[in-house]
Amino acid sequence: MSLKSKSISSKSNLSEDERLKKISPLRVLLNRPELGALGGSILVFIFFGIVAGDTGMFSAYGMLNFLDVSANLGIIAIAAAMLMIGGEFDLSIGSMIGFAGICIAIPAIYWGWPLWMSIVFAFAMAVLVGYFNGIMVVKTGLPSFIVTLAMLFILRGLTLAITRLITGRTQIPGLRVLIEDDPLAWLFATDTFKWLFTWLGSLKLIELRTDGTPLATGIPPSVIWFIALTLFATWILMKTRYGNWIFASGGDKVGATNVGVPVGRVKISLFIGTAVASTIFACIQVLDAGSADTMRGTLKELEAIAAAVVGGCLLTGGYGSAIGAAFGAIIFGTVSMGIFYTDVDTDWFKVFLGAMMLIAVVFNNYIRKKVTESK
Amino acid sequence: MSDYLVQFNNISKFFGKVIALKDVTMRLKKGEIMCLLGDNGAGKSTLIKTLAGVHKPDEGEIIFEDNKIVFDSPKDALDIGIGTVYQDLALVPLMSVTRNFFMGREPQKGIPFLKTFDVEKANKIAADRMGQIGIDVRDPSQAVGTMSGGERQCLAISRAIYFGAKVLVLDEPTSALGVHQASMVLKYIVKAASEGLAVILITHNVHHAYPVGNSFTVLNRGKSMGTFQKKDISREKLLSMMAGGEELDKLEVELQEMDRIHNKN
Repeated sequence: MSLKSKSISSKSNLSEDERLKKISPLRVLLNRPELGALGGSILVFIFFGIVAGDTGMFSAYGMLNFLDVSANLGIIAIAAAMLMIGGEFDLSIGSMIGFAGICIAIPAIYWGWPLWMSIVFAFAMAVLVGYFNGIMVVKTGLPSFIVTLAMLFILRGLTLAITRLITGRTQIPGLRVLIEDDPLAWLFATDTFKWLFTWLGSLKLIELRTDGTPLATGIPPSVIWFIALTLFATWILMKTRYGNWIFASGGDKVGATNVGVPVGRVKISLFIGTAVASTIFACIQVLDAGSADTMRGTLKELEAIAAAVVGGCLLTGGYGSAIGAAFGAIIFGTVSMGIFYTDVDTDWFKVFLGAMMLIAVVFNNYIRKKVTESK
Repeated sequence: MSDYLVQFNNISKFFGKVIALKDVTMRLKKGEIMCLLGDNGAGKSTLIKTLAGVHKPDEGEIIFEDNKIVFDSPKDALDIGIGTVYQDLALVPLMSVTRNFFMGREPQKGIPFLKTFDVEKANKIAADRMGQIGIDVRDPSQAVGTMSGGERQCLAISRAIYFGAKVLVLDEPTSALGVHQASMVLKYIVKAASEGLAVILITHNVHHAYPVGNSFTVLNRGKSMGTFQKKDISREKLLSMMAGGEELDKLEVELQEMDRIHNKN
């Protein structure tokens, strides 16, 4: 017996060596899900560097501008990507943003709650909504597309109806004054690294206002959240047991269940993740604008899914990356802002978004075939 | 202490009025490969699921290492050491060899609440285990989708053994494979048995079963037609015992009859 197995192993050693030569580092890179989005980001930067290099887009102020837009989208795109890897969709992200906004604003303005309590309340509601989405999908076995589409309408309707019932309007202003001295709000409303910008300004390295202060005052909170969430999500996916369960749940639900992965719990937690990410998005935007709007976040779910797909997530689940989704968000943010700096009509942005997605889907499909190809 | 590692005595399973299994008895010693043969619909799937703890038998008893066992869930069966490898293998093609090998049972390291998946250790174990069966995994982070069918089957079996299987239940491990791949899997099964595992090999392919099996149990329409030691039965006899045999004989007679009539005209 040992003789037999020896002979197989030596044989496969031989073919092993043949194969080793064929695999170039480029191919290894090609097999990473985020490659397309990384390449796309570089192309987008080169494009705008040429077309809009002298317009101020790449000044400190201009860069923070498009980074802010990318970061906001990125926060929800990363959560959407993790859910997609887990094999499900969440179409209620946009509505959850609007809903979270009024969950902060109504208690704070109309019920006299301290702002931090309203923020905690909004996150608690997010966990509830996410849990409900998750349990519905897991228990009924219905496609998450349908369940969360229903939630899209329910949440947006609730947001409108409750706001109009309590306030008589569809906008709730007046939050800005509450931010100061609040123990929690600074997390979502503080520009960081101000000293750096003041210093750069004093050296006249970045643009200044007429009064001598720098035009760009600090890194917006969205960017910090975005970076932190990208790192956190990547750590989870690549380095934890739970991350492996996410890939397994999306890759093959039945197989994963058979070997003991708690697929239901994984999926529910991912739905909670997208709802919580929507609430982080809402906190940042509501506190930045100082007001909640019932229509905030409309269509954001589709942008988040688009960014995740451009970032290499397969619509069928089981494959993708958080870094990819982050680059997907950077592509969309950069183009949506960059288009203002060019002569191109901004109406073309959506055309670009759609085309980008189509290219990404075709590319991803090709990659999947490559990865799953049998010898 | 009896000679047997595991005994399935007079197992019956009914689904409503349908008798899926009736009085099926199988007894295995350590290191024995028992082939369970039967045509489609003979009750093989039901029997596997009963062995794996998915179904509870309505009659009969399961005795493992001299203790009577009742399974409430597949996990119970796994815990005492009955590892079942289903036809779909429970492998995710898009995930790496390592991630599949440890799916659901990842080794961890680090402090509580910040425990990480010990990828280095997992890679090493997966590569080692695959190496032991002669599959040189060049890169344990390569996707399972790039492996051949036989390699995947071996991976799934190897995983079951690593996680403590003493009795391996293999559901049609060679049915989707070519000759070369099938022989690779069969070799591995023999190797596993030689290391002391009891193997139940479910198949409808006598040509795959006969060379590796020590004993053969033939199922037909939910009933066992008996268990035979290899020395007591020939390949041809086994083949004809599986439902196909008699019917093929009848078919041959009918065809001859038709030929005769045809020639007359």
